[in-house]
Amino acid sequence: MSFLGFPRPNGEVGIRNHIGIISTVICANDVSLRIAQQVEGAVAFLHDQGCCQTPIDLNQVTKTLVNLGKNPNLAGVLLVSLGCESVLIEEIREKIATSGKPVKILGIQKIGGMLPAIAEGCRITQEMVIQASAIRRETFDDSHLSIGVKCGASDTTSGLISNPAAGAAFDLIIDHGGTCVFGETTEFLGAEHILMRRAVNLQIAQKIEKIVTRMEKRAELMGVDMRGGQPTTGNIKGGLTTIEEKSLGAIVKAGTRPIKDVYEYGDRITEKGLFVMDSPGREPEFLTGIAATGVQLIIFSTGIGAPQGFPFVPVLKISGNPQTQRCLADHIDKIVQLPEKGTDSLAQAGQDIFEEIKAIASGKKTKAEVLGYGQFSNIFTVGPVI
Amino acid sequence: MIKRKIIIINPKDNVATALTDLKAGEVLQEEIDGVKKEIKLNQDIPFGHKLGTKEIPAGSPVIKYGEVIGTASMAIQVGDYVHVHNVKSNRGRGDIKGGAL
Repeated sequence: MSFLGFPRPNGEVGIRNHIGIISTVICANDVSLRIAQQVEGAVAFLHDQGCCQTPIDLNQVTKTLVNLGKNPNLAGVLLVSLGCESVLIEEIREKIATSGKPVKILGIQKIGGMLPAIAEGCRITQEMVIQASAIRRETFDDSHLSIGVKCGASDTTSGLISNPAAGAAFDLIIDHGGTCVFGETTEFLGAEHILMRRAVNLQIAQKIEKIVTRMEKRAELMGVDMRGGQPTTGNIKGGLTTIEEKSLGAIVKAGTRPIKDVYEYGDRITEKGLFVMDSPGREPEFLTGIAATGVQLIIFSTGIGAPQGFPFVPVLKISGNPQTQRCLADHIDKIVQLPEKGTDSLAQAGQDIFEEIKAIASGKKTKAEVLGYGQFSNIFTVGPVI
Repeated sequence: MIKRKIIIINPKDNVATALTDLKAGEVLQEEIDGVKKEIKLNQDIPFGHKLGTKEIPAGSPVIKYGEVIGTASMAIQVGDYVHVHNVKSNRGRGDIKGGAL
């Protein structure tokens, strides 16, 4: 059992071979976008951060940008900087470069504004794409798979059908020696006791408890019932009544294997096994965080129908809602049916998702990739813009 | 093959999930606590939404997946529509705990 991936200089395996055009600050987004639009083989990572934030958030943004740059789906990276931002651009470049891939910096202020920046950025990227295009896919065994999971625009079919199916696929990946990462800490509220029982030891169980308490306190700081924000208005319309109900249905997407460790948002994960990344549930921040862990692909289980992907990590959309399967067929890659016997019979669905993951890992495109849905991302921050 | 209209995920549950749009007055046959029972729906239940399968007094836990998903904010009868109007969350309640801003 194997898949065809791109070998990277540090021994990791990519399933895509893009050049990443990464903005180091929100002010560089317009230039990054133009370069990625012009050069085939380049993809832009745009976000709203990088300046006028407390050092806690600046460090989180720096770490996240570094680890996004290290993602094995990127063959090379162009960092697009305004020049006066707070994040340390040279530090980001040096740290990404330790992975052995080419990394260059383009400074908009230094080069004389948008127009020369776009021209020079396109030239640099063109050369990187040509170099990367010479890399050939090779056969790797399934233990090289590193997969994330997300549920979004959830309804009650998520917890009944598509999340358990994703969980069955996660179990298969772990059993084949791979890496799986899940998060969305807000959606542990009310289900954390189940996850804590699955931790490999007491220390990891306590880490799970800690991130849940921290996330809940953050929401409570606002002095309101968070219902409407979590579960969302759409979740409620889809039949989910409380965050506890949403959480109990959400955690099954991570399967049943032991949880080996808990990582902070934006951390890179290089071990094998099942891991938690502390993160919020909202798509733009979550997908960025999980891409930064180094996953090559994200399974995305949706009820009502969340269409977005991510610039350089393919997002496999699965849904168990028959109406979504019909109305949003342009966005759902794989439909999952509730078997007559109930949720225990979703093992076959898990096997089908596992096979689909390997097909996508070997080059088959997802619907979000083909449509280019997923250009707008963000990085999770905890403090104010100042 | 008769398509199931509702699903009770765990025997401990006191709510079921509708697998199709259900109408008020409809009578469902379901095995609850090992006994075949009739559930007459008191309201319409949209696809994916919940109905009471056991009597839930106000202030008592509402159970799905065999776990507590919230607290009944009013008494829930068998066949009642169960959602935000009669179930409150126990978590993320800054309104009860008080905010910091």
